[in-house]
Amino acid sequence: MAEREQRRKAAPSEQDQVEDLPASTESGEKLKADMDDLLDEIDEVLETNAEDFVKSYIQKGGQ
Amino acid sequence: MVVPKTIGIETEYGIVLRGTDDPNPISASSMLITAYLSAAQPGRYPRVSWDFEDESPSRDARGETSLSALAPEIETHLVNAVLTNGARYYVDHAHPEYSTPECADARSVLVHDRAGEEILVESMRAVDALLPPGQEIVVYKNNCDGKGNSYGCHENYLMDRLTPFGQIVHHGTAHLVTRQIYTGAGKVGTEMPGLSRHEVDFQLTQRADFFEEEVGLETTLKRPIINTRDEPHADARKYRRLHVIAGDANMSEYSTYLKVGVTAIVLGMIEQESIRRRWIFADPVRAMQQVSFDTSLGRPLDLEDGSRVTALDIQEALAADARRHVERHGTDDIGGSVALDVLDEWESTLASLRSDPMSLADRLDWIAKMRLLEAYRERHELEWSDARISAMDIQYHDVRPDRSLARRLGLHRITNDAEVTAAMSAPPDDTRAYFRGECLRRWGDQIVAANWDSIVFDVGTDPLRRIPMMEPTRGTRAHVGTVLEQSETPLELLENLRS
Repeated sequence: MAEREQRRKAAPSEQDQVEDLPASTESGEKLKADMDDLLDEIDEVLETNAEDFVKSYIQKGGQ
Repeated sequence: MVVPKTIGIETEYGIVLRGTDDPNPISASSMLITAYLSAAQPGRYPRVSWDFEDESPSRDARGETSLSALAPEIETHLVNAVLTNGARYYVDHAHPEYSTPECADARSVLVHDRAGEEILVESMRAVDALLPPGQEIVVYKNNCDGKGNSYGCHENYLMDRLTPFGQIVHHGTAHLVTRQIYTGAGKVGTEMPGLSRHEVDFQLTQRADFFEEEVGLETTLKRPIINTRDEPHADARKYRRLHVIAGDANMSEYSTYLKVGVTAIVLGMIEQESIRRRWIFADPVRAMQQVSFDTSLGRPLDLEDGSRVTALDIQEALAADARRHVERHGTDDIGGSVALDVLDEWESTLASLRSDPMSLADRLDWIAKMRLLEAYRERHELEWSDARISAMDIQYHDVRPDRSLARRLGLHRITNDAEVTAAMSAPPDDTRAYFRGECLRRWGDQIVAANWDSIVFDVGTDPLRRIPMMEPTRGTRAHVGTVLEQSETPLELLENLRS
């Protein structure tokens, strides 16, 4: 997943350059692995026709 | 006087009825709730309805009522039930709404908020059996539909009536505008009037787009950052109920926990005058939207005195004041030992937001959602404006565990399943919700109506008997547990309470 290395464009602050370093910690590794697994299976869970789903998701305004 | 911060959360859920050309959200919401009530305990579930006797949502905390202010309507004819856990489950503005019982601390209200979600899940299962083949009701715990319609997740905090409302406005605004950096549920695009939907890729909150005023009474239009509804559901001489409408419904337990836990601490600090600095935004409504639009967390906000600070700066200063406050005043009135844990988590969250926001991807909704959508976008080479990304934004909030993207992410838990399941039927034992819930469980068929501050019994030949409960911190297991145990019937209860 090399393309994931350059995720997130909206992050201009200087701290973000070390963003991938913390991911080498144990919990960071787990998060990455979980995300890969989730992305692998996610297409089966997602609404089949995204466009219709989004279009028909209309709510009455509330509080 | 310092008032224990009794807390509640009310959530209006998004609802979709599929498989019909003419879905009616009001009847769908009614069916959903009725199906749950019938299935939860067939034949004997207390069908106690809400008592509107003391409702006055148009009363204004500022002591005046503006002619342009539209009083919120009470819809007395719709399904409206009180549950044995002390909660209220009802139809409001074409949405199913769940109000947790009154809770004594952030952890307790989190457990009850999660129990509400599970009740919605059970409701979907129950209604499924009643719907014609091909039809389906699905519920979402979010706050907007992407077309400019919003529905709320409101928090309520018990406060001292004597605290000047102006103090609440000043410090409350500073907090509510800046807490978005950890309370936001995340949103693709914007629904702000005057902007096109994808002028913003992704923002921190669902709700910021919908705020137009700094202070006011409305909840459904021209929404204000500080809501002035003055309806304490308690002794109005002593108490105020601060009704916070400027928050998102959170899928992440951690976000909910910080949202209510920190706000309870900050309100306690306002009562004790523990906040050392006054942050007055040059334009509070604009500041609210600026914070929400700034995923870098680095853009400063203009203050009235010409200086500039970031939301994170303000939250860090509030947390430092909170640490001092707790050392001086203890935590008895802001949630006890839970408040100490909240304070630790608040500080650690702010430190992580400062150094490495992505490390909170298993804790904060907006970061979890942004990270998921970024990863999906990159894998499939999609623009932010792609319908698949908007669909995932909605589906993050699907409350069905197998469909909910938030649940699939495996976010950090604070509660456990057993306590959440218990809270679906049992009240917290440390507020007046205990008395309400226990009475309903024992004598549901002899209770005519109930609301936050009273219960009305039908004890047979006598006229109806109302028991007032004007003290939110009384009616706990410690107060009334023995009396309840010693009473076989409501009549005995009434006699025992009198003696």
